[in-house]
Formats: sequence, C-alpha cells, structure tokens
Amino acid sequence: MGITIRNISKSYKNVKALQDISFNVKKGELFGLIGPDGAGKTTLFRVLTTLLFADQGSATVAEFDVVKDYKSIRNNVGYMPGRFSLYQDLTIEENLEFFATIFGTTIEENYDLIKDIYIQIEPFKNRRAGKLSGGMKQKLALCCALIHKPKVLFLDEPTTGVDPVSRKEFWEMLKRLQLKGITILVSTPYMDEAALCDRIALIQNGKILEIDTPKEIVKHYPKQIYNVKANNMYRLINSLKAYEHNHSVYPFGEYVHYTDSRTDFNTEDLKTYLETKNLSNIYIDKTVATIEDTFMELAK
Amino acid sequence: MRLPLPWEINMNNKKVIQVDRLTKMFGDFTAVSAITFDVEKGEIFGFLGANGAGKTTAIKMLIGISNPTSGKAKVAGFDVFTNAENIKKNIGYMSQKFALYDDLTVRENITFFGGIYGLTRKRIKEKSNALIEELGLKDVANKLVGALPSGWKQKLSFMVSLIHDPKIVFLDEPTGGVDPITRRQFWELIYKAAHNGTTVFVTTHYMDEAEYCDRVSIMVNGKIEALDTPKKLKEQFKVDNMNDVFLKLARG
Amino acid sequence: MKRFIGFIKKEFYHIFRDRRSLFILFGMPIAQILLFGFAITNEINNVDIAILDHTKDTTTKEIINKIAASEYFSIKQIIEKESDIEAIFKKGKVKAVLNFEKDFSKHLIKENKATIQIITDATDPNTANTITNFVSAILQTYQKELNKNITITYQIVPASRMVYNPELKSVYMFVPGVMTIILMLVSAMMTSISITREKELGTMEILLVSPLKPIQVIVGKVFPYIFLSIINAIVIVVSSIFIFKMPVQGSLFLLAIESILFIISALALGILISTISATQQTAMMISLMGLMLPVILLSGFIFPISSMPLPLQMISNIIPAKWFIIITKGIMLKGVGIQFIWKETLILIGMTVFFMALSVKKYKIRLE
Repeated sequence: MGITIRNISKSYKNVKALQDISFNVKKGELFGLIGPDGAGKTTLFRVLTTLLFADQGSATVAEFDVVKDYKSIRNNVGYMPGRFSLYQDLTIEENLEFFATIFGTTIEENYDLIKDIYIQIEPFKNRRAGKLSGGMKQKLALCCALIHKPKVLFLDEPTTGVDPVSRKEFWEMLKRLQLKGITILVSTPYMDEAALCDRIALIQNGKILEIDTPKEIVKHYPKQIYNVKANNMYRLINSLKAYEHNHSVYPFGEYVHYTDSRTDFNTEDLKTYLETKNLSNIYIDKTVATIEDTFMELAK
Repeated sequence: MRLPLPWEINMNNKKVIQVDRLTKMFGDFTAVSAITFDVEKGEIFGFLGANGAGKTTAIKMLIGISNPTSGKAKVAGFDVFTNAENIKKNIGYMSQKFALYDDLTVRENITFFGGIYGLTRKRIKEKSNALIEELGLKDVANKLVGALPSGWKQKLSFMVSLIHDPKIVFLDEPTGGVDPITRRQFWELIYKAAHNGTTVFVTTHYMDEAEYCDRVSIMVNGKIEALDTPKKLKEQFKVDNMNDVFLKLARG
Repeated sequence: MKRFIGFIKKEFYHIFRDRRSLFILFGMPIAQILLFGFAITNEINNVDIAILDHTKDTTTKEIINKIAASEYFSIKQIIEKESDIEAIFKKGKVKAVLNFEKDFSKHLIKENKATIQIITDATDPNTANTITNFVSAILQTYQKELNKNITITYQIVPASRMVYNPELKSVYMFVPGVMTIILMLVSAMMTSISITREKELGTMEILLVSPLKPIQVIVGKVFPYIFLSIINAIVIVVSSIFIFKMPVQGSLFLLAIESILFIISALALGILISTISATQQTAMMISLMGLMLPVILLSGFIFPISSMPLPLQMISNIIPAKWFIIITKGIMLKGVGIQFIWKETLILIGMTVFFMALSVKKYKIRLE
C-alpha cells in the first residue's frame, strides 16, 4: 500500500481543517486531491509528510507510521510544498546538488530518474533559481524532490499559477514517473487536471466529497446538463437564474451549464421563456457532466 | 451567421485602450515587442500568455507604473508616457498577490480604498452599504477580512477595485485557487461590471475563463500572436476549446 | 558528515551572494569603531577657548602657554573686559572662556589660592564638563610644579580614568563595548534571520522532511557565523590597535578564547529567537529589542552599572554581554590573566550551556 489514511482530523483554533478523512492510495498510483484553496489539502500533505500531528486518526506512508516512523518517512518521500521553496540565490545545479547531499546521495546516482526533466533546464544550470520562469522553477523543484529516488512523491499544488503549456508538460512528466513505480499524491485546484489522475478525491472544507476514478465520478452526476447559449451572456445568466425551475446555472466556457429541477423538462419551454426575456440566437443542447460540474453539485 | 458582439450593440462605440507598437526592453532583452491592439468600452478583454511571455510587463505599462521603451498607448484617453497620474485615477487594479488588508474589517477596507480615491465620506458610506449588500456580507461587515474564506476576499477585492467607478479595471489572475462555484460568481460580477460599461482587462490561466471573454489576445515571447473572439480563434486553429488554441500557439 | 559539509557550503553561498548583508557584516565593525572612536566621544580636542586676563604677568602667561600648548585647547581670542564674554558666546565662536582674577599671581603665592573662572557653554553639557575637568587638571599640574611641598587634596579627574586610561582616551573604553555589540549582532541576529528566512521561504519544510537531524541543521546554520564573528573580532582588535594605537595589555590568546565563548552564547540566543519568530522581520525586531538594547543600556558599556538603580543592576547580571565586557576590559585594558576573570568566565560558560541546551530542545522537528 502506498498511503493509508484512517479517520484523520485536524483543527487550528476554531477552524476544522480536516474532518475524519480516510482513504488509501495504492502503490504506484497517481492520486489526485482536487479542491480549492483552504479545502485542507496542504494540511493533509503536512500530516502525511510528518510535519504536523493529526488530532485524531492514523496514517501510514510506504508502510511507515507518520508518528512513530517519521524518520523512515523522511528518508523515503519526496515533497514539493505549495509555494516555490528552493533557494533563490543558488543556481539550478547548486540547488540540486544541495538536496542530493542532504539526502546522502549524488546527482549521478539517480540521474536516470530525473534525466527527462533535468535536460530541459540543464542549459540554464548556472542561472540562479530566483531568475527562472515559473515553468522552469517547477521543473527544478520536481528534480529536487526526486533526487533521492523517493518511494512516494507528494506534490502540493505544483501547477498553481503555471501556464497551460507548462502544466501539460508537467503532467506528462508525472505520467512517466508513475511508470517508474513511484506512488504520487498530487493536489490541484484545476479541475481539468483531475482527468489525468488514476483516481481522485474531491475535497472541500476539510471533508472528502467523493473518491473514485475520474470516469466514474462524473457518472455520479444526478441530472442531465444542458449547454445554453444566447446573444448576451450576462442577460442569459440573469434570466436563467430568475427562471423558477432552475436547479443550477453555471457559466461554463462559451455556454451556460443549466440543469432543471423538473423530471419532465422540455427545452422548448426554456427557449420560449428566454425569448420573452428578449434573448435571441438561443441554443440549447444536452451535454455530459465534467468533474467540475460534479464538484459544484457536491459542494453546493 | 454570427452573433453580434457586445461592443457592436453598444451605442457609445469608443476605444478606451489604444495600444500602438508598444515595446519594453530590459537591456538587450525585449520583454514586450511592438504590441498593437484596441479595447472598446464595456468589453471583457482576455490577455493570455505563458509565464514569462510579457503579460505582466505589458500591464505595468498600461496602468502607468512602468515606462515603455517605445510605441504609443492611450488608456482611458490618457497617454501612458505623459499622463500616467490621470490613468491611475481612471482605472481599477486587482492582482492575485495583493488583495486587501487582512487586519482591517470589511468596512474599514472599503473606507480606506474609497479614501485613497478621494471619495467623499457620504459617497463612501453609500458605496459600502451597496457593496456589502450586493456581496451578502452584512453579517461579516465588521469582521476582519483575514477571517473570511479566500473566495469572499477575491470578490470583495474586485468590488473594492471598482469603488471609484473606474473606466477600466485590470485583473491580474483574479481567480487563482478559488473554488469553482466562487469562480463563477466572480465572473458574474465581471459580466455585471462590463454590462454597466466598465471595461474589463483580465489575465487568467484558466482556459475556460478565456471563453468568457469577448475577445482574447494571446502573447508568446513578447508578441501578440493571436487576437480575436474565442469562437473565431477556435475556428482559425480548428480546435474545440481555448486550451488547445493556447497549446497550439505557445508550443509553436 | 558529507551532508553536513553540503549544508555548510550552501550557507556560505547564501552569505557571499547577499552582497548587501556582507557589506553590513564587515562594514559595521569598522564604522562602529570609527563612530565611537571619533564622533561619540567625551574627550576633547582643540576646543576653541577665549582668555580674559586681568593680571597679565608671568604666572598667568605661563598658565596660558601651558593651556595653549596642550592638544585639548586652542586659544581663539584674548578679550579685555567682562562684558565681552557674553558677546563671544553668542557668536558661538568659543566653547569656554577662562577668566583670571585680578592679582592672580599674588593670591597664588601668598594664600596658595587663586581663582580662575571657567565659563563654559553648557548647551553641550558633556563637553562643558570635560573642559572644566581638563583645565583643572592642567592647573593642578602647573601648581605641582610651582610648589612641590604642597599636597593636593582633591582629585578632579575621576580616579578610575586616571588609573586605567591615563591618556583619557575614551575610545579605549569603547572598544570592548563595540566588540560586544558587533559579536552579538552578527552572531545572534544573523543566525536568527537566516533560520527564519528558511521558514519564510518554505525551504524549512523541505529540510524538515529530509533525513537531516535537527542538530545538523542548527550547527550547520551556526557554523558560518562563528567563522564570520571571529573574523569580525579580529578586525575590531586589529583596527583599534592600528587606528587608535590602543595597547592590548593581556594575552591575545585568552581574549580569543573568551570571544569564541561569547560568540557561541550569542549564537545560541539567535537560535532561540528563531524558534519563536515566524518571519525575518520578527526575528530582527526581537534581536534588536531583546538583545541590542540591553547590551547597549544595561551591560555597562555606556552607563556604569554601579550607578544604576538596584533592580536594573540585578537585571544586568543575566545579560551575557555584561560579563563579556568585564572580561574584555580586564584583558585589554588591565592586562589581567585568567586568575582574575575565572568567575566571569564560568558565568559565561554556564549561560552558554544553558542557552544551547534550551535552543536544541526548543528546535522543532515539525511545523506549528
């Protein structure tokens, strides 16, 4: 088993950061923890990386207990905290060398593991980390977290604030690492990244909303979603929100995702209603739920 | 047949941002390379680009805190070279990093920012009440902002950036890390502001948000490589979403 | 061991790449020494004075010559009548006027008592006081020469000064104090800042989630600053010897050992501060308020401890700097050996061990 979490709870003063969290991550799995800021993702990461004690519950990482065997865990996991936390005044190479040394290894020893990623930033190896672009910083941080060949990799929001190109590359790298047998627990606020995980847990306000594969999770969506479009987005949203039968109205890219509270919903009724609101070019059609729809429905 | 665009409906057809071959060099490095575009009144203009493409540098020039190396730009009718002070009076700005003072209450924050822009005491009071009402913050109006959930803070911060009824509001990644529901509520606020005639200039890394914009520009290596409505961009690049447009462009 | 060396290497990168801090680190001791040596000093040098001599005979001339010959005073003007005194002060030309009474020599010889009125500009009370003392000293010397049989019954210049600082150079008094401040600042403040910086950056999280032991992190953080502090101590001693020609009476070796002891106690304090502060700013504030002020005010560096109210005297006992200043003054100015300062040394060792133990115990292996 990669990670087991049993009934973990953790509070700060009067904020319940984690409430009775339980789940398992299988060995070699790429597991996503999906939720917005303040959902408790970072707290859970810190409990698992032995940085914080949980108030209740137990957890193991790579079969080590997070309280009793914290030293073993610290030898066997790689951790990439939420913000960029490398030494800005050291060069790429010096950062990597430093982390290799404190884990008692060398860059050469585990070079094959980081090679794919490192060759992309190697041309700049004498540049200080503070002067790198977001995407490059992120690659360097990943190299540093991997340099001691960890069994389990914890990545706390590695793609926040990173552009879509770098994000895509980053996920491709994670997929390759997974093939090398590393268990990966990754958190992200970007719902579209969830589809790239083997399994995901949706988390909000310290509670797990749902755990499943991305494919299964969207099947749990209870309603038929309709894409709705018209000539004026703002008036469309307001009109839909004012519609007495609406169940949910969310702007979704170029459309509005609309669900109706009635079982015998007829799109023509809605079209007629919208026309009375002086909207034209109305388009209504069925669509399938995404993870984001599911999340919003669960979090409602 | 194509949908009429908001600025075509708008009778007051007026360009509030005019940028002509605007360039910024840092030594030998060209951060922004001769970008040219216009933004109309009441438009939601998406300003996209990879990290390091030059977005932030361009915005800094437009809001009058960085001097361009060459080119021309007018914001809210004022020249960025000669009239930066007037630009600042006529725009709102919200960045992801700086939102509000955590150790002031909701009301104190609004009063403070209203004061900065020289609103009268009476006007500030009216604005605060309206704003608190609209965001449903009545129960927490006298609570410290630091105690609010981050989504509320973002929304409040956006409304505060509009407190002096600016002509244009610049939003630099306003929704990073916000939960999907709040993110949508945030965009509803943006739509409303645009509907009321405020021009919205926004950067984001969420590509679905790019679809919400009337027009989108995509910057690559300091140049604007694409600029059109999301629909047209998707047609042009023969893909079905903005994410793929972005990936195609930025990957070359 | 390799991990430890890697860690220290990284620390030195940080130090040498932060040019500004590096400049402060090494510029500060020199600046402080020069500041205390030249600017903030209660000795006087070529002070402009005026003379009003009603007698004008050989005795007064001799005295005036003596005063003029001293490096402390330069005679700017000779005035003729009492009414000129006020005018000359108003112009701000002179700091003091010496007024020789009428029949000065006659009184001196017959009654062994003559009066010179020393009028000083007391807007600068320290200087005024010092001028008075210096003139009195010059007069006494002259008096001694004049009449060797007469015993002088009063001492104007404070005895302690005359004994240990016969040249009346206050810079000698300041060197031990400045050294204490600098070592405290470099060791405690810099260490606490460098540890809290890692917390702020988030790198501390990564260090904690690594096999590094707490003691390795602490010693790794502290080691470069021991090194820097020693260099600083050397810079201070060398510059005071060469710039101010200050004689170091005692053993330099003993001074070095005592300094290292003090440095370690300051470093332990620095670690302690870093465990209770979350940001660099807090660490700096605590270091300045909690360490620098007591060192400056209560250690006996500027204000003599014996003239403090009793509660403050008691508080001064728990300040390591007080003991270190006693030790360094002893070694540098009096030239004493360990047999005279073993008590203070033991107190300092005790404090160091206490702070070290406390800071290792307090150092958290987790967040919170």
